[in-house]
Amino acid sequence: MLRRTLLASAALGLSLMATGSAMAQDKVKACFVYVGPINDGGWTQAHHVAVLKTQEHFGDKVEIMWQENVPEGADSERVMTQMALGGCKIIFTTSFGYMDATNAVAAKFPDVKFEHATGYKREHPNVTTYNARFYEGRAVNGTIAGMMTKSNKIGYIASFPIPEVIQGINSSYLHAKKVNPNVEMVVVWAFTWNDPAKEADAAQALIDQGVDVIFQHTDTTAPLALAAKTPGVIGFGQARDMEEYKPSPRVSSIIDNWEAYYIKRVQAVMDGTWESQDSWDGLAAGAVGIGEITGVPDDVKAAAEKVRDDIIAGTYHPFTGPINKQDGSVWLADGQVATDGDFAGMNFYVEGIKGDIPQ
Amino acid sequence: MIRLERRASASRFWVWATPVVAVALTMIFGGLMFLLLGKNPVEVIRTIFWDPLFGEFAWYLRGQLLVKAGPLVLIAIGLSLGFRAGIWNIGAEGQYIMGAIVGAAVGLAFFPTENRWIFPVMVIAGAFGGWAWAMIPALLKTRLNTNEILVSLMLVYVAQVILAMASTGFLRNPEGSGFPGSRNFSNYPAAGNPELIAGSGLHWGGVTAIFVAIAAYVLLQRHILGFQIKLAGQAPRAARLHGVVPQRLIVLCMGISGALAGLAGLFEVTGPAGQISIDFNVGYGFTAIIVAFLGRLNPLGIVLAGLIMALTYIGGEMAATNLGLPSAAVQAFQGMLLFFLLGVDVLTNYRIKLGGAA
Repeated sequence: MLRRTLLASAALGLSLMATGSAMAQDKVKACFVYVGPINDGGWTQAHHVAVLKTQEHFGDKVEIMWQENVPEGADSERVMTQMALGGCKIIFTTSFGYMDATNAVAAKFPDVKFEHATGYKREHPNVTTYNARFYEGRAVNGTIAGMMTKSNKIGYIASFPIPEVIQGINSSYLHAKKVNPNVEMVVVWAFTWNDPAKEADAAQALIDQGVDVIFQHTDTTAPLALAAKTPGVIGFGQARDMEEYKPSPRVSSIIDNWEAYYIKRVQAVMDGTWESQDSWDGLAAGAVGIGEITGVPDDVKAAAEKVRDDIIAGTYHPFTGPINKQDGSVWLADGQVATDGDFAGMNFYVEGIKGDIPQ
Repeated sequence: MIRLERRASASRFWVWATPVVAVALTMIFGGLMFLLLGKNPVEVIRTIFWDPLFGEFAWYLRGQLLVKAGPLVLIAIGLSLGFRAGIWNIGAEGQYIMGAIVGAAVGLAFFPTENRWIFPVMVIAGAFGGWAWAMIPALLKTRLNTNEILVSLMLVYVAQVILAMASTGFLRNPEGSGFPGSRNFSNYPAAGNPELIAGSGLHWGGVTAIFVAIAAYVLLQRHILGFQIKLAGQAPRAARLHGVVPQRLIVLCMGISGALAGLAGLFEVTGPAGQISIDFNVGYGFTAIIVAFLGRLNPLGIVLAGLIMALTYIGGEMAATNLGLPSAAVQAFQGMLLFFLLGVDVLTNYRIKLGGAA
C-alpha cells in the first residue's frame, strides 16, 4: 500500500522519505559529489581537502559522505537522489555539468539544501550557486607569464567554452600583454575537466607550437608532468598548489580554498539560517590563493605580487578599460570596470587573441 | 598436468552455467579485494547486489535499474545479431551519440510547437541517425573490404567531436547565456520522454527494449533471417551455399545495431539525460558489448545481463557513497565480471582433462 502511494505521487513520497530519514539523525550529514577522483591532484582534490578540514572543524557534529568520479548527466541525478534519500541535509555538487541535475533533484527534496559549484541556475529556493573569482588569480599568473616567456608564445589548456574558462583566458592574456606587448596566446580546447592523457596531449600540442608558458584550466597534474620533461617550459599549479612540481616547471599556482565556504554553509544548515544565494569570492576573501612564486627573477616576483596585493586591496580590477573585444569593438571604455553581469555570459575573446571560441 | 580438450559441440550446460559461475567468482574475488581495502566484504556485496533490490530505498532504486538497463539491453540486442553472424560493430557508442544528436535536432527544430507527432518523428530520426552512422563502416566493408571493427571504433571519436560541436554550436540553448548544452527536454513536453508512471523509472526506452528483446527472440527462432545470421556465424561456407549473401547480411546487421543504438541515444537524451551536452555519452555503447556476451548473445539472456550490469552500477554507487569505497574498486569489480566470464567461457567449447598428454 505504501509503495503504491509512493508510485502515485513520487515527488511527495520522496520528500516525505527524506524528512523521515533526516529526522532520525542527530548529526548533520553533509554530502559531496565529485567529478574526478579524490586524488586527481587538482580540482577534486582541492574540494576534498576542504571537505576533510570541514569534518575536522565540526568533529562529531557533522557526518561527511562523498562520491568520486560521478559522470555529469543522468548518473549524477541518481547519486544526488541517493544522497538525499540517505539523509544528507546539504549536498554540494562540485562540477558545472551537474547544474540541471542539481535543480531537478532539489525540486523533489525541498528540505535538503543544494549547493552547486560554478553554475548559474537557482530554480528553487533550496539551491545556491558558488564559485570563486579565478580570473583574479589568472591576472597574477598572466603577469608572470608575460615576463617569463622567451618565445613570446603562451598557451592555455582550456576545458569547456563556458564563461569561467573564457574569463581565465582573457585575464591571463591581458596581463601577459600588459608587461609584454609582443606576447601571443595559443588556446587548445581539451573538452574535458579530467583526463590526464588528453591534458598531456594538449600540453604537447602547445609545446610543439613553440609555447613556453602553459596555463591549464583542467584538473590534473598531467600538463606539469609533461612540462617537467621539456627544459625551458614553465606552468602553474591549478586548483591545488601542485607544490610537487616546484621550483620548475611550476613557478606559482592558483589555489582554490573552499574550506571557509564549506564550514560557513554547513554551519548555516545547523543554525537553520541557510538561504539561497550566489557566492563569488576572490583573492580578498581568501577563496582564491596564489601559491608561492618561485624559480623566477625577483622583479617578476615583485610585479606579480603587486598585482595580487592591488587586487586584494581593491585598488585594481583585472578587467579595467580600455579593453576591446576580439573583433575590435569597444567592450570597456577607458577606466570602466567590468561588472559581474559582464562576466556571467562572457563568450568572446578580448582583442589580440587569435582563433575562435568553439561553437 | 591440466589439458584443454575441444568439445565436439558447445556444451549446453556451460553456455548457461558460465554467467552464473562468473558472477559467483566475481563475488568471491571481489570480496577479497574489498577485504584488502579494509571493508567488510559481506556488507559491500550486500550493498551492491541486495540493497538496490530489497533495501530501504529499493522502491526508488528498482526504477533506476530500468533506467540504466534500458539502453544497455537495447544496444546489446542489436550488437548480438551482428556478433552471431561474425560482424563486429564496436562503435555502438558513436551510433548512440549520433542517434541522440539527430533525434534531438529534429525535436528542437520544432521548438516550441506542441504536437503529439513530434516525439514519434524524433524516434524515427534517432533510429535513422544511428543507422546512418553504422552504414559508414558497413558500406566501407562491403565495397572496400575495410575492417568494420576499426572503422566503427574510430567513428566513435568522430561522433564525440560532432557532439561537442552540437553542444557548443548548432544545438546550443539560445537562452543558456553562452554555456554549452542544448535546451532541456524536460521543459518541452512534446519532445520529452518522461517516466510513464511516476517513480517507476520506466520510460519509452525501457518499453522499446522489452519489445525489441521479444522481436529479436522471434527473429532468431522463427525467421529465415535469424537462421541465416546464426548460420553465417557458425559455418560461413555453408551459409553461402544456402544462398546467404554476406554483403547483404553485413548491411542488415550493422544497420539494425546502429538503429537500435540510435534509439537508445534518443530515449536517453530526451529522458534521463534531458539535454545534449558535451559529455552526454557515458559509455553505454561499450558496456553493451559486455552485456551482449554476458547474456550469451541470446535476447532473453541479454535482458537479464543488462539488469545485472545495471545492478553493479547502482549498487556500486551505493557502496561508494555509503561505505566510502573508492570508485576505482567498483570499476575493478565490474572488470572482474567480464574477466571471469571470458575465462570460464572456455569450458563451453573445451573440457578440462587431468593427467598426461594423450
